[in-house]
Amino acid sequence: MTAAAFAFYLFALCTLMGGLFTVVSRNPVHSVLWLILAFLSSAGLFVLLGAEFVAMLLIIVYVGAVAVLFLFVVMMLDVDFAELKAEMARYMPLALLIGVVLLMQLGIGIGAWHVSDEAESLRTAATPEGIHNTRALGLLIYDRYFLLFQLAGLILLVAMVGAIVLTLRHRTWIKRQDVLAQMYRDPAKAMELKDVKPGQGL
Amino acid sequence: MTSADLSAIAPEILISLYAMAALLFGAYTGKDKTAPLLVWVTSGLMVLVGLWIGLSGEGTNTAFHGMFTDDAFSRFGKVTVLFSAAAVMVMSEGYMARRNLLRFEFPILIALATVGMMVMVSAGDLMTLYMGLELQSLALYVVAALRRDSAKSTEAGLKYFVLGALSSGLLLYGASLTYGYAGTTLFSGIVSVASEGDIPLGLLFGLVFMITGLAFKVSAVPFHMWTPDVYEGSPTPVTAFFATAPKVAAIGLFARVMHDAFGQVVPDWSQVIALLSVLSMFLGAIAAIGQRDIKRLMAYSSIAHMGYALMGLAAGTQFGVQAMLVYMAIYVTMNIGTFAFILSMERDGQQVTDIASLNLYSKKSPGRALAMLILLFSLAGVPPLVGFFGKFYVLKAAVEADLTWLAVAGVVASVIGAFYYIRIVYLMYFGEEREGLDAGGSPVLAGFLMASAAAMVLGVINLFGVEAMAAAAAATLVN
Repeated sequence: MTAAAFAFYLFALCTLMGGLFTVVSRNPVHSVLWLILAFLSSAGLFVLLGAEFVAMLLIIVYVGAVAVLFLFVVMMLDVDFAELKAEMARYMPLALLIGVVLLMQLGIGIGAWHVSDEAESLRTAATPEGIHNTRALGLLIYDRYFLLFQLAGLILLVAMVGAIVLTLRHRTWIKRQDVLAQMYRDPAKAMELKDVKPGQGL
Repeated sequence: MTSADLSAIAPEILISLYAMAALLFGAYTGKDKTAPLLVWVTSGLMVLVGLWIGLSGEGTNTAFHGMFTDDAFSRFGKVTVLFSAAAVMVMSEGYMARRNLLRFEFPILIALATVGMMVMVSAGDLMTLYMGLELQSLALYVVAALRRDSAKSTEAGLKYFVLGALSSGLLLYGASLTYGYAGTTLFSGIVSVASEGDIPLGLLFGLVFMITGLAFKVSAVPFHMWTPDVYEGSPTPVTAFFATAPKVAAIGLFARVMHDAFGQVVPDWSQVIALLSVLSMFLGAIAAIGQRDIKRLMAYSSIAHMGYALMGLAAGTQFGVQAMLVYMAIYVTMNIGTFAFILSMERDGQQVTDIASLNLYSKKSPGRALAMLILLFSLAGVPPLVGFFGKFYVLKAAVEADLTWLAVAGVVASVIGAFYYIRIVYLMYFGEEREGLDAGGSPVLAGFLMASAAAMVLGVINLFGVEAMAAAAAATLVN
């Protein structure tokens, strides 16, 4: 067994185990940790495929952001996971049935797969020779798909403007701190010293 | 990327840069106080860009490796979109300012939505299609919920968003199936794979899912459920916008996908679109009869009109596309006038959308009532007004493409639909005495109403040359 094959089986096994224990583990925090393991080992699989950019993306975005977000949600929100699990057990036979049906459909679908003859020649994203994966992706995104990249940027801008339009409220009745006004306060104007004689009021 | 690529999308770049500059200007200066200025500048820019595209563009240019097409068809769509968006924005300024709705982001969002629509009509690739569609939809979801303190407006925005996301999902599903079976997302590549009589089953599934997604966007039955609620709940100027520019863009995109990507397998999609068309025409005609709210009524009216436009597409011929474009241009003109009227429907300064409030409106302001009468007759397709010619063209296209049953169904539906348009006319002229509307109204709205009604009468001479432009546009799309 070569090192690559060994690594493949190791990562594949870890991915499967991670996925399985994400579903079955009792403690939700453990579930998230198992999910992180699944993400990490699938990143390893991507590296073996030569898609190192996707692998890094998986680690940075999914492990670094999404999974940590999950962890926060799980720890912050008081969700009774035990009850959810019990409900899941009740529907297990039905879920298994659907799973088997889906598996059979997938088998039929892949068995009858018929790609048109021209498809191979029309493919644009074939891996180019001699340059590594990240560079090839960069060439596609920033050169060939430049227009789409910029349009995606515009869409994000609209999303940002939209979020502000729909949620930001200018509250006029609250008091805000005015730093300049505080700094330029003049002690002479701000307070007045009075010499109060003993035994007399103001 | 070359300068030829950039010059093909120069109008889109210009409007996007303007939108960003306007955003900075609005945010750093007077905020919402700058909104009226921005509305007028944005409309002016749209009209100028529309004129620029209409007068200077020639030939067929593809840019970005075929992902973007600038041809007579896309120019026709862009000019219609830009002019109608500019008109609706000018109409909405006074209305929104009086109701404290005019935020400076409104013209910017409309400008960005317009960029999305311009990309939609020139899409040459499934990915460009999706980007344009999302840019347009996302901006529209936001403006639908612009009136944040109204439950109905928020509901409209949310409903539109959820169903729009669903339809985008269906469209993407179809697009990925198409990509999987064709091996490319370029329309020019798909058309070479989907050839006569030999279309892979997976590609057919992709085609059907994409039609479903697009039918959502043009609100064709049975994917129309969102339309009445969204039209009713959104602020009226936004409804006016929904009923005009996005419809043109969506139907233009529909025609582009069908003819550019699946032009060799017309019978495969023609039957689906014929079904969508006949269902839309009948549901739009029948369901509108029971409506009491004029905005809901216009929603059903737009569903019916989309049915007629789809009839032109279902014909699958060059003349069919021409008829569809002529129909859309006429539809937009009629709707701008009608919504100018609806925007001016007020009682004691409050907006009224109840049809019963139109009772004996002709006694209060005969001029407006007459203009509305012309528009309603034109919407119903009564000869000799321009609306009749729009219907005549699509029916002729259907008959020439051996879809006589569809044309007959269209005539029947149009007779049913005429009832609810003419009932409004009846109320305006022969209704009973009731609490009516204020007689006054903004001169801008009156101007749009009168201009639109005049166009419906004067257009019978030569349709203002739209026919020839549509013919040139259709010739570049179908060849």
